[in-house]
Amino acid sequence: MSKHEPVLLKNMLQPGYTGSLADYEKTGGYQALRKVVGKVPPTDVTGTVMKSGLRGRGGAGFPTGVKWGFLPKDYQGPRYLCCNADESEPGTFKDRQLIERDPHQILEGILLACYAIGAESAYIYIRGEFVLGAKILEAAIAEARTAGYIGTNILSTGITANVWVHRGAGAYICGEETALLESLEGKRGLPRVKPPFPATHGLYNKPTVVNNVETLANLPHIISRGPEWFASIGSPPKSTGTRIFCVSGHVKRPGNYEVPMGVTFRELIYEEAGGMRSNKPIKAFIPGGASAPFLTPDSLDVKLDFESVAAAGSMLGSGGVTVMEEGTDMVWAALRLMEFFYHESCGKCSPCREGSSWLVQTMRRIVAKRGRMEDLETLVDLCKNIAGRTVCAFGDAEISPIMSTLKHWRPEYVKMIHEAEAANLIHPKRIMAQP
Amino acid sequence: MLKEKYKDEIDSILSRYPVKRSALIPLLYLAQQDEGYVSEAAMKEIAQILRLTPPQVYETATFYTMLNLKRVGKFHLQICKSLMCALVGSDTVIGWVKTKLGIGPGETTADGLFTLTAVECLAACGTAPMMQVNEDYYERLTEEKFDRILADLKKDGTCSLKTGPFMWPEPAPAKPGA
Ligand SMILES: Cc1cc2nc3c(=O)[nH]c(=O)nc-3n(C[C@H](O)[C@H](O)[C@H](O)COP(=O)(O)O)c2cc1C
Ligand code: SF4
Ligand code: FES
Repeated sequence: MSKHEPVLLKNMLQPGYTGSLADYEKTGGYQALRKVVGKVPPTDVTGTVMKSGLRGRGGAGFPTGVKWGFLPKDYQGPRYLCCNADESEPGTFKDRQLIERDPHQILEGILLACYAIGAESAYIYIRGEFVLGAKILEAAIAEARTAGYIGTNILSTGITANVWVHRGAGAYICGEETALLESLEGKRGLPRVKPPFPATHGLYNKPTVVNNVETLANLPHIISRGPEWFASIGSPPKSTGTRIFCVSGHVKRPGNYEVPMGVTFRELIYEEAGGMRSNKPIKAFIPGGASAPFLTPDSLDVKLDFESVAAAGSMLGSGGVTVMEEGTDMVWAALRLMEFFYHESCGKCSPCREGSSWLVQTMRRIVAKRGRMEDLETLVDLCKNIAGRTVCAFGDAEISPIMSTLKHWRPEYVKMIHEAEAANLIHPKRIMAQP
Repeated sequence: MLKEKYKDEIDSILSRYPVKRSALIPLLYLAQQDEGYVSEAAMKEIAQILRLTPPQVYETATFYTMLNLKRVGKFHLQICKSLMCALVGSDTVIGWVKTKLGIGPGETTADGLFTLTAVECLAACGTAPMMQVNEDYYERLTEEKFDRILADLKKDGTCSLKTGPFMWPEPAPAKPGA
């Protein structure tokens, strides 16, 4: 049992909790909504969220209240909220649990956000594979509609808030907020060039906020218990609150663990997740999903907060922590992730589209023991020509596995290439080519 | 024709969006649910319903991996091969499919029952190795479990080993009588 007090997982940890509206209300559910809707000015709700220090849990860690504040104040037309439930960053599986076990917690968060930004419609963009999750959300929305939390006159205040589930159809890039909007508009999921940002030109070109599932699930707690309470948890002032970390790989007890930001990787891996499955030492870990550079065991005492992980040369990202034991082939591991990125590049910009194809081919050649020493320079050169030159942040993400494994485990690449060269000495074609 | 067969469903989908085109993916899903894949005839009809050109529909339909433009087997085995699953044995699971069903990724068994696709991360990395079969997830696969899933699918069309509302580690069981 964890020694930390859970916030987001608290309900579902209760024996017998089903996530129904009745269960949710019994634990104080929808009290935050009742407390503010029609009573507290929306700008005050935004102010509370700003004060709490809540930062986005989708990957980039942008302060949530600040993002809401970018919406034009005097704009008359419709505004939209999109809940990002695309969860497709390899290593991440927390939103799925929040959706399937406590859907009303997310709905209450969505309704609070709608109220704060003045949106009458919210769309939950959920990855297509989460069929069960979509059904559970639909059922929860129907329950909340009957109870008067969702609809045209919520809690008899005259305020309208509708929530719809929109299923994606299998494309990692639709987790990127502008690709999500394109996809929601019925188009291919190609990220838009920013600026303009969704805050002014979002869904149907209207002011829009996109927030992650876990970000929204925090809102009822912030409103109920106050911003000071939230800001006192974690690593204040910049990384406040808890986070659900998804631990995968060679640990004894993989799974979702909610801890205050600022605990160390060592504690998360050895105490929460039970340590290594076979008592082999850790060789490497990824601290924040496939897009985050690999770290070595030297970084085990780094704190799990945005700043500390960035200072260690990686990023906290989506909260997916993947642990690899001694003996794992790091070139192979980097190739696996590169294959993912190659498959998922949307193809809009050439550095990413062509670069990912070239990178994957070069990596495959090295792993197949047909590499050459020049390949290592080619890899670095390709990576450097992708970084910072693409439409979306996918470009910076896709080079992380290769750049970071080359940095920490270059001898493994070199060894593979030496083996290739040794084999090539007796390669028949090579012999024939000799003068 | 989708329009006659699913009139209410189509109306309800259209009512959710201020702009018709947003209903495109939901309608493509409806077509896929009806025929097992998205046919050209369905795409043309959807274009008409949404007042789009057929190429506009085709352009979107071809972008998304879950929309099948060709028929797939009755049971679509989708095994995640991304790193987190690979670390704990997803390649072995793909091997089982090869030895037990004789198909590799992208292939369908001669009887049309099973299609195998190796896919990227399905957000079940902590309960790997895993596969999705049609709408259901099966996680923490072992060879014994895998055999049972195949046998049950053939026999009953479904299998009780599929995952329900997901939580891992599992919560404490409810006290009896509580
Ligand atoms: C390639 C890429 C994939 C992303 N995938 C997701 C995702 O699956 N879920 C998510 O919430 N955010 C994802 N994001 C981040 C979103 O663009 C966006 O920052 C986030 O949804 C904002 O919500 P937040 O401020 O609450 O974190 C992704 C970003 C990029 C560049
Ligand atoms: S960086 Fe890659 S994923 Fe992003 S827009 Fe360009 S091609 Fe698409
Ligand atoms: S890596 Fe296989 S489910 Fe995430």
